[in-house]
Amino acid sequence: MNAEAIRDRLHQPFGPWLVGSDFAAIDPWIEVRSEGLSEIGRYLREDPDLAFDMLHCITAVDYFQPDEKKAAQVEWQPHVELIYHLSSTVHHHRLVLKARLPRWKDDKPGQMPEAPTVSNVWSTAEWHEREVFDLMGVRFVGNRDMRRILCPEDWVGHPLRKDYEMPTEYHGIQAR
Amino acid sequence: MLTERMDPETLEFDVRTDEMLINMGPQHPSTHGVLRLVLRTDGEIVTEVTPHIGYLHRCAEKIGENLTPRQFLPYTDRLDYLAAMNMNLGWSLAVEKLLGIRVSEKTRHLRVVIAELNRIANHLVAAGCYGLDLGSFTPFTWTFREREKILNLFEEVCGARLTYSYITPGGVTADLPPGWLDRCEAFLKQFEPVIGDLHAILTNNKIFIERTAGVGVLTPAMALDYGVTGPNLRGSGVDWDLRRDGEPIYTEMYEGYTWRIIAPVNGRYPDDHPYPAIPKEAVVGDSWHRYFVRMLEVVQSMDLIRQGMEKYLRAAGEVDKPIDVKKKLPKGEAYLETEAPKGQMGFMIIGDGSPIPWRVRLRSSSFCNLSVMGQLCRGVLVADVPSIGGSLDLVLGEIDR
Repeated sequence: MNAEAIRDRLHQPFGPWLVGSDFAAIDPWIEVRSEGLSEIGRYLREDPDLAFDMLHCITAVDYFQPDEKKAAQVEWQPHVELIYHLSSTVHHHRLVLKARLPRWKDDKPGQMPEAPTVSNVWSTAEWHEREVFDLMGVRFVGNRDMRRILCPEDWVGHPLRKDYEMPTEYHGIQAR
Repeated sequence: MLTERMDPETLEFDVRTDEMLINMGPQHPSTHGVLRLVLRTDGEIVTEVTPHIGYLHRCAEKIGENLTPRQFLPYTDRLDYLAAMNMNLGWSLAVEKLLGIRVSEKTRHLRVVIAELNRIANHLVAAGCYGLDLGSFTPFTWTFREREKILNLFEEVCGARLTYSYITPGGVTADLPPGWLDRCEAFLKQFEPVIGDLHAILTNNKIFIERTAGVGVLTPAMALDYGVTGPNLRGSGVDWDLRRDGEPIYTEMYEGYTWRIIAPVNGRYPDDHPYPAIPKEAVVGDSWHRYFVRMLEVVQSMDLIRQGMEKYLRAAGEVDKPIDVKKKLPKGEAYLETEAPKGQMGFMIIGDGSPIPWRVRLRSSSFCNLSVMGQLCRGVLVADVPSIGGSLDLVLGEIDR
């Protein structure tokens, strides 16, 4: 099934949650509302015609331009995007699922955005979500182990956010 | 809790000792780098394993946001430093996918030869170190002796022995030096009988079989659920290899090659081979099968190299040169996974119109392969933890990125 057929398939049960798609992109993608991620994920995995049994990767991208001059030229509003790469070893098809989050929860700077977990659908998501949390600050509601994974537990900040500033020192070690 | 999961006999019910937390690593020789495992033990039984990673973390993804794709190439060498050519290849193909570049046929065959040669080097390290973990020293010296010869061949090609940066976006840095193919063929010829020696001393070794067969059984469903890929997935009997099942930009490299995916389907491996029969203690998905898949892949890679060298010689034209260092990237996103020796290594690159990518993402195969460790090590003996960890063939440079 190609991405277009999958979108049509998802339309019946999840119509209001599907908010965008691009089938001409290098990797065709479908965008969904973030609150539907968990249920759509379960459907994608359990429907016998879709059978997305492999979650390859969860990527978070920070769309924010700290430079004001450059920020005036970009086409997007600041946001964080989650990208899920899925494939099926049964049907040999692939899908890219996207969801958009605000940079800050309730637009309050310092409040990290939240998204539902898919670790109850694919166990591999547990570590991927921990990594996204560690490096991008997105909190996954329902992930039972929402700790940092790559950075030390007492690290400050989330390095892949575009407004991240490296600390000058860490436990007496000069960091930059 | 414990009694529900395990057979009371193996639990040594009557001699139940106090629970103990044991720290293993990050400087433990059998964790293959700076991996730290915290084991919760009850006597000799491990009830829980918690991996702690990040000791080598340098946020390569952030570095990628500040460099052009060609400048980032040396950083990919340092992901899986035991198979740097395959890392170079994965990154190069992802960048080429974004740019819409198709390299020439000659370049493709050259890349196959180089990538498969590095796969042999990786599997030699994996098998040798695995034997070493389980107390067998000699095979380790043999596999490293043979790997050294592959490194010599790579040194001739690009000047480096580990961090090659040879396969670049757009092509390769230089064509093969004169006479290299003959020296490569000479290596393969002398290497062939060594594989038989390794099987004789390691694969058939009673102690080795006892330590690996039936240990750490990974079911296909669990493997897919945890995103386990590569030889670990195939060892569980799943017929899946990106060289056949991947995206066209990658699979076209292997078009016209004769080969079959090595996985024990219905309890047997596809090709007849002169190597030992499966011991009766082994169960599909256990440590022994993961090891054996790698050993058979070494033979398969040798065959692919021979086919590749022939095709390379027959292909017309020149090999392609790398793209310009400051070539502008189009707006768009490209994600590509390739079959690296340790599993499916994914690279994602998001371009925004400038030469420097907006975002770089590295999907590490070892990262996902390690995530299943906690499940596999539930209820095993302490001595089985290195046996399971070693069979997953992890490399921390790639896990920590």
